[in-house]
Amino acid sequence: MEYLLASGVGVLTAAGVYMILRGRSFPVVIGMALLSYAVNVLLFSMGRLTIDRPPVLLLELDNYTDPLPQALVLTAIVISFGMTALIVVLALRSFLESGSDHVDGETAEGGTRE
Amino acid sequence: MNHWILVPIVLPSLVAPLIVLAARHDIVLQRCFSIAGITAMLAVSIGLLIQATGGPPQVYDLGNWPAPFGIVMVLDRLSALMLVLASLLALLVLMYAVQTWDTRGRHFHALFQFQMMGVAGAFLTGDLFNLFVFFEVLLIASYGLMLHGAGAERLRAGFQYVAVNLAGSTLFLIALGLIYGVTGTLNMADLAVRVPLVPEADQALLRTGGLLLLVVFAIKAALVPLHFWLPQTYAAASAPVAALFAIMTKVGAYSILRVFTLIFGEGAGEAAWLAAPWLMPAALVTLVLGMVGVVAARSLRWMVCFGTIGSMGTLLIALGAFTVTATSAGLYYLMHSTFVAAALFLLADQVAQRRGSHDDSLAPAPRYPHIGLLSALFFVAAIAMVGMPPLSGFVGKLLILDGVRGVPLGSWAWVLLLSTSVLMLLGFARAGSRVFWKPTAIEGGAGEAEVAAPPAAMPLVAIALLLFSTVLLTAFAGPVMDFLDGTAAQLFEPRGYIAAVLGPEAPFTVSDF
Repeated sequence: MEYLLASGVGVLTAAGVYMILRGRSFPVVIGMALLSYAVNVLLFSMGRLTIDRPPVLLLELDNYTDPLPQALVLTAIVISFGMTALIVVLALRSFLESGSDHVDGETAEGGTRE
Repeated sequence: MNHWILVPIVLPSLVAPLIVLAARHDIVLQRCFSIAGITAMLAVSIGLLIQATGGPPQVYDLGNWPAPFGIVMVLDRLSALMLVLASLLALLVLMYAVQTWDTRGRHFHALFQFQMMGVAGAFLTGDLFNLFVFFEVLLIASYGLMLHGAGAERLRAGFQYVAVNLAGSTLFLIALGLIYGVTGTLNMADLAVRVPLVPEADQALLRTGGLLLLVVFAIKAALVPLHFWLPQTYAAASAPVAALFAIMTKVGAYSILRVFTLIFGEGAGEAAWLAAPWLMPAALVTLVLGMVGVVAARSLRWMVCFGTIGSMGTLLIALGAFTVTATSAGLYYLMHSTFVAAALFLLADQVAQRRGSHDDSLAPAPRYPHIGLLSALFFVAAIAMVGMPPLSGFVGKLLILDGVRGVPLGSWAWVLLLSTSVLMLLGFARAGSRVFWKPTAIEGGAGEAEVAAPPAAMPLVAIALLLFSTVLLTAFAGPVMDFLDGTAAQLFEPRGYIAAVLGPEAPFTVSDF
C-alpha cells in the first residue's frame, strides 16, 4: 500500500508540475488542481498508514490513527478548492478582457500583446 | 491570559464584514470604519509592543488548550514590532487611498481589513500550520486587492501572481507534511524541542522540509531566483496596494527569521542553521539583480519595484548572517525600507496622475502641477532609498556593513553593498533628472494643459508622513537600536520562547548550547 500511495503522489505531482509549466491558462489551472490532490494525499499519509484503528490515543491500545493530518487535509482541501475557483474566474476574466488565454499574454499569432 | 494579543487579528476580521454588510453602499461610512479599525489596531499594537518590551514572550492558548495540542498565539518583541510597523504603514496607505483609489473598484476597504488580519495573524502565530492558514488569508485578500481597479494588464499580472502563490502554498503544505511526518508536531516551540531529537535516518526528510519552507518564504520575500513575480505584480497593482504590499515581502523575511532561528537555530542539532548556506548567496544575487534592474528600468514604478528587490537583498544579507548584531541591523533596515518603498510607490502614482499620457515613464514631459513639491519629496525618498547620509537608509546600511563583518561571505557583502549603492544612486539620479528636472527645460508645454491636478492634498500628506517616519527613524536611531538589539538577542535565545509556550518545566533539549 505504501508503494501505491507513494507512486500515486509522485505521478500526480509530476503531472501537475508539467501542467503548470504550460503556456495556456487552462492547463495551468488543471495542473494546480493535480498538485493540490497530490499534496492532500501526501498530508493524509503523514500520520502513517494505519487501518482499523481508533483515531484516539488510548493507553490500552498500542496503535492508533493520527487524527491531526485528517484535520490538516480538510483545511488544505477547503483552501485549495476556493483558490481553484478563484483562479478559474481570473483566467476567464483575463481571457475575456484581453482575448488571449496565454499566461504571459501572448496572442494566438505568437507576438506579445501591445 | 492576555486577551489583547488576539485583538489585532479579531478586530479587522470584525470590521471587514461590517464594511461589506452594513456599509456597502456608503463609501464615506466604509472609510470611517476602515480608518477607525486600523487606528484602533495601531493603538493596540503599540500597547502590545510596550508590554512585550518589558518581559518574556506572552502566550495566548486558543480555546485554553495547552500548548502542543492547541494552537497558540505568541507575542514577543519581534512580533509586536512587526505588528506596529504593519498597522502604521496600513494607516498611512489608507490615508492615501481614501481620496484617490478606493472608489475605482468595489470592496477595497473590506479586502484591506482582511489583508491586515492575515498579516497580523502571520506575525502572531506560534504554529506552523496556522502560519500557512494566515498566509492564505493574506494572500486571498491580496489577490482581491491586486485586481482592484481591474484592466487587462492587471488581470494578466494577477493571474501570474495567483499561480505563483498557489504553487508556493502547495510547497508550503508539502514542507509541513514532511516536518509533521518526522517530528509529529507543528507547534513551533515544540518543534524547537523535537528537531534535535530527530534520528539520523530521518534527517534528510527533515532538512528537505525545512529547506522547502525556506523556498516558500523566499517566494514571499522575492529572493532570487524566486523574485520574478514581484516587479510586474507591483507595477500592475494600484498604487496604494503596491505600497501596502511593501509589508508582504517583509512577512516572508519575518517568517525566515522566525523559523530559522527558533526551529532550525543553534539548538537544532544536526539541522542547525539550516538556511545559512543558502540564504546569504541568494541574498547577494538578489541585491545585484535588484540594483541592475533599477538602472535598467524605463518607468518610475518599475524602478521602485527593482529597488524593493534590491532592498530585500540587503535585508536578507543581514538576516542571512544569523548573528545578533547583523539581525538587529537587518530589522532596522526592514523598518526603513518598508516606509521608503511605500512612499516611492505612492509618489510614482502621483507623478503618473499628473503627467497624463506620459504616465510614469522616465521620459521628459511638459511641466505639471506641484512639480516642486513632488520633486522635493522624491529627493528625500531617493536619498533614503539609496542610503545616502543623513537619512535612515545610510544608518541601516552602515549597521548592516558592521554586522556582517567576519561572517562567511561577509567581504562579498561589503563589496556588493557598496558597489550596488552606486548603481542605485545612478538609477535614481537619472530618474530624478528626467522626471523632475528636464520638464523645467521644456518650457511652454501648454499642449498637455488638459491634465487637471488632482485636487486632494491628503495623498501628499500621506507620502510626507511616510517619509517623516524615516526621518524619525534616523533621529531616534539610538533608542530604536537599543530595542532591536534586545529583540535580536531574544530571537537568538529561544529558551524564553519555548518556556513561555510549553511551560517552564519543558524538556530542555536545547539547554546544552
